[in-house]
Amino acid sequence: MIHARGLARTFDTRRGREKVSVKAVGGVDIDVAEGEIVGFLGPNGAGKTTTLRMLTTLLKPTTGTATVAGFDLATEPIKVRKSIGYVSQSGSTSGAARAGEEIVDHGLLYGISAAQAEKRGRQLFDQLELDGIWGRQPKTMSGGQRRRLDIAMGLVHDPRLVFLDEPSTGLDPQARANLWTHIADLRSKLGTTVFLTTHYLDEADALCDRILVIDHGVIVASDTPEALKRQVAGDLVELVLANEEQVAAAASHLGKLSGDGTARVDGLVVSMRVPHAGTELPGLLRALDSAGVTLAAIEVRRPTLDDVFLTMTGRSLREDA
Amino acid sequence: MKFFFDTFVIYRRQLRLAVRNPAWVIIGLAQPVLYLALFGPLLKPLARQIGTTNAYTFFVPGLLIQLGLFGALFAGFGLVSEWREGVVESERVTPANRAALLLGRVLRDLSLLLVQGIILVALGFAFGMTGSLPGMALGLVLILLLGGACSASSYALALSLKSEDALAPILNSIALPVLLLSGILLPIAVATGAPQWLVTVSDFMPIKYLVNALRELFVGHVITITTMWGALWVLLLFSLGIFYGTRTFRKDNA
Repeated sequence: MIHARGLARTFDTRRGREKVSVKAVGGVDIDVAEGEIVGFLGPNGAGKTTTLRMLTTLLKPTTGTATVAGFDLATEPIKVRKSIGYVSQSGSTSGAARAGEEIVDHGLLYGISAAQAEKRGRQLFDQLELDGIWGRQPKTMSGGQRRRLDIAMGLVHDPRLVFLDEPSTGLDPQARANLWTHIADLRSKLGTTVFLTTHYLDEADALCDRILVIDHGVIVASDTPEALKRQVAGDLVELVLANEEQVAAAASHLGKLSGDGTARVDGLVVSMRVPHAGTELPGLLRALDSAGVTLAAIEVRRPTLDDVFLTMTGRSLREDA
Repeated sequence: MKFFFDTFVIYRRQLRLAVRNPAWVIIGLAQPVLYLALFGPLLKPLARQIGTTNAYTFFVPGLLIQLGLFGALFAGFGLVSEWREGVVESERVTPANRAALLLGRVLRDLSLLLVQGIILVALGFAFGMTGSLPGMALGLVLILLLGGACSASSYALALSLKSEDALAPILNSIALPVLLLSGILLPIAVATGAPQWLVTVSDFMPIKYLVNALRELFVGHVITITTMWGALWVLLLFSLGIFYGTRTFRKDNA
């Protein structure tokens, strides 16, 4: 569905008097198979939207080639546009227009008939739980409704491939969960290939078959969420001590477990990554008990995509998000 | 053809939105109407001095130019807010013709301008304007060409700047000298007492020729050197505006 090689984009801007070239995307290779849901994960400014705008013909790559939905990006942009849907971060409808009219007009621009656009639009409204608001103005809709309207706009011409740019940004948790079901349905019910960008880890985790991690315009990892998380050496075991004298003893016991070997101490908290915390914990607890170390609490955290990002780039996603 | 069809779809959408919210059609008319009502009477006793017999036949053409110029020049603001709502981007991701995205909008502006122009002329008659109807109809055509030039360039500028804050000072710095140097309010001619240097400066203002042409047309002098110059200038401005506009809309990353 997507096959990109060395896709790069630099922007010429001015910093004071001198001209500077800012490399937004520095040569990415992307392969997405038919029927996949692929997440593009990275902090703000990593190059996600720029890459997406290149793949959707909105921005010419400085260098590199790509075929999108079977058509060459550079030589057949019209055919690419016909085969893809794009749901941008900034919306797609005028607040003062009527939802249904926007859908039909959008369909007309895609070259489908008004009757077909209306029929498809009403179906989509039904599927996306927007029924009854065909004649409403987008400015009177909730954030979640408006987002789903944007998705309906992007789907009115039945594209085989849909790009979603930060689909759930600004939505409350309930609306996000609801949106995720609809995105998952795109593939399961319509067989659509989905390429989405996000800086939410739980979103990528919940939706995607595969994740591409981008940082500073370069793809630093590409794998399933599970495999990515496995790359982070294990679960994080955190021991919270009851008093300071026993911190050193606890650290030495924790350090004996298989893992990266050194336990980190932060005040009363001792922590270390352990590959299989579940099987190691009983032994650890017995050892601590017999050594007379009293624990106030114990916590085991499974690795998250944030940990993945931290391991791979040395930075936390949340710092930028 | 796809281009005409796309233009029609965009035009119809824009017109629908404008008709649903007619407030700004009225706001656009308010300025020339206020000039007509509050400044017109001041010109009346000066009619002989500014070389005319009917102050309103002299003044209404200027106000039409003002309408065509200002209404259309500020069309770009609407585009910036559409861009912010993501509408422009979502239209650009469809296979729609890029020039159609511009021309549909320009046509909407011209439709509104035509309605406003007719209302203004009718009001002129109410105030006591006299003159030639066919000449006035031709005058309106020239105004539409001017409006097309202004709205196309305003959209192009808006699409490159994508910010009201950047757009406003640029448009204002264009609008004011044009207003003052094209003789919209009072004639700029040595015969009516303007200093020579000011006349020379105003000779460099293309809109001045259009104002003069419109005044000739309004009294029924259709084919004269003055009207030819006016028509020539407005055709040139129109071509430049449409060229600049379509070029900007066709560019990537616009």
